[in-house]
Amino acid sequence: MRRGETLLGLLGAAALVAAALLAPWLKFILTVALAKGIAVIGILLLLRAGQVSFGHALYVAMGAYTVAFLAPAMPDAAVLLPAGAAIATLTGLLIGLFVSRYREIFFGMLNLALSMVVYSLLEKLYDLTKGTDGIRVELPRFFGMALDRPGFEWAMFATALVLALGAGAFARLYLDSPMGQALSAIKTRETRLEFMGISARRVLLAAYVISALLGGVAGAIIGMTTRHVTPLLAYWTASGELVFIAILGGAGSVLGPFLGAVTFELVRIYAGAAVADAWQMILGGVLLAVILFAPGGLWGMIAGLLRRRAGAAS
Amino acid sequence: MTALLEARGLHLAFGGVRAADGIDLDVLRGEFLAIIGPNGAGKTTFINMTTGYLRPQAGSIAYEGEAITGLNPRAIVRRGIARSFQLPQLFTEHTVEQNVALALAARDGAWSPLAPLLRMRWRDEARATLDRFGLLDLAGARADALNEGARKLADIAMAVALKPRLLLMDEPTSGVAASEKMAIVETLLRVLRDADVTAVFVEHDMDVVERFADRVAVWSQGRIVALGPPAEVLADPAVQREVIGIERHA
Ligand SMILES: Nc1ncnc2c1ncn2[C@@H]1O[C@H](COP(=O)(O)OP(=O)(O)O)[C@@H](O)[C@H]1O
Ligand SMILES: [Mg+2]
Repeated sequence: MRRGETLLGLLGAAALVAAALLAPWLKFILTVALAKGIAVIGILLLLRAGQVSFGHALYVAMGAYTVAFLAPAMPDAAVLLPAGAAIATLTGLLIGLFVSRYREIFFGMLNLALSMVVYSLLEKLYDLTKGTDGIRVELPRFFGMALDRPGFEWAMFATALVLALGAGAFARLYLDSPMGQALSAIKTRETRLEFMGISARRVLLAAYVISALLGGVAGAIIGMTTRHVTPLLAYWTASGELVFIAILGGAGSVLGPFLGAVTFELVRIYAGAAVADAWQMILGGVLLAVILFAPGGLWGMIAGLLRRRAGAAS
Repeated sequence: MTALLEARGLHLAFGGVRAADGIDLDVLRGEFLAIIGPNGAGKTTFINMTTGYLRPQAGSIAYEGEAITGLNPRAIVRRGIARSFQLPQLFTEHTVEQNVALALAARDGAWSPLAPLLRMRWRDEARATLDRFGLLDLAGARADALNEGARKLADIAMAVALKPRLLLMDEPTSGVAASEKMAIVETLLRVLRDADVTAVFVEHDMDVVERFADRVAVWSQGRIVALGPPAEVLADPAVQREVIGIERHA
């Protein structure tokens, strides 16, 4: 399954490139989907510890607003992206020191509460953030190159794809490492960790900071791709969306977040166009179906199919 | 022999229940000390206080001559005191091998986020440890799939993997099939003897106590009511009446 995962990841990446080449208007949607997938990798890490954050859109917003604030002074993706990631990581460290003491509903709600504080600040501090109007981002350069709009969109798509592959590969190694294994031990027997000399809090904090970093990367990509940054990025529904994607895609593999994100964005676009206001209902129905009939998410279904085929072949 | 662990005047009450009511005990370097006594006597509470899970309301505990009273479990295990549990505390979604490997990683303090837990070094050592407990066949099984006896042994294997100087075991043989019990205790204690580990174990089986303990401490209502070599203590009519009599029915 391990090698299969790598292969499927690369095949998936190739399929996305092909789709973007055949239908250039898809490129924008796929870039945003890949960015969200990167953020959802962070949600997946926390899920392994049995913790659900209902506030992680906060870090996406941090990355995006960093881009919006810095772009006039330093209009280059090579600066904006790391800066967005760095600010989100620092914020994640500060908040993580606090929330890593809590578990389950308290952990989820504290994250939610903090994200809503940030949301309302973004909305209320009009002089700084232009409130709900949001901030427009001028087309930045890409590593010194001044690209035209389609060129820059291709560059963002490629960046998102490379970072998605990197995030997936990193998460897979991390989850197999002692740190990652201790993370999933928090879910089943946290006190035993303490009796082995491991601080469960620090293990969770490390994962939390990584999840904030991934959120920041996602936010910076989204900020430069949509080039319009609003407080809605931090709104609780955006956090819920990340959890939704994690469950839709399945937490069993690092491919899950990307499967979930691409499916989510496509369903949203197509269902949104076809039935206008009813797409939330469709998504709700899909989530219900996944929880009831495919708790392993889309990845679980695919893995099941592959296993059956491998079984039939041997 | 000098004392490795010195407990003095430990008191801990839960509401009206005196779980520790003036515990004085020296654990001698290199000995195997059995703790016996009826349910609710405070045996587990003593282990909980020694390993930092519970803080005594009065009294002190010293290890290697240094006070460890009130330190948290992490600080205590780092000094070389490990424990196993009356109810096995395994990572149920991990394999048995991963459970032990995680203990090895913890012992080595190695936290590289990118190298796998089951790298050669720990994998081999985890399997060697499991082999000594007769668990090698179950290395790849998920911990929640084990029967009670195997869970108990895996729990002890994790504590042993930490390479402690002092190991406290809470009812290591409960749940282990009677036919295997003697062989397992024998292997376990040989492993500990070879590694120069001092052991304290709560035990309900008087045959095990008689055969393997250097000394036995008898617990009753938060106090130690007898302490000495098994042959002497177990022959004491008061101990027989109060403790062993109850044990037979428990
Ligand atoms: N955390 C706790 N809270 C309340 N009561 C406790 C707690 N731990 C132990 N006790 C009580 O203290 C007494 C001693 O318990 P314990 O040390 O578990 O006994 P033993 O291990 O000898 O069977 C019992 O009456 C038990 O109910
Ligand atoms: Mg007990």
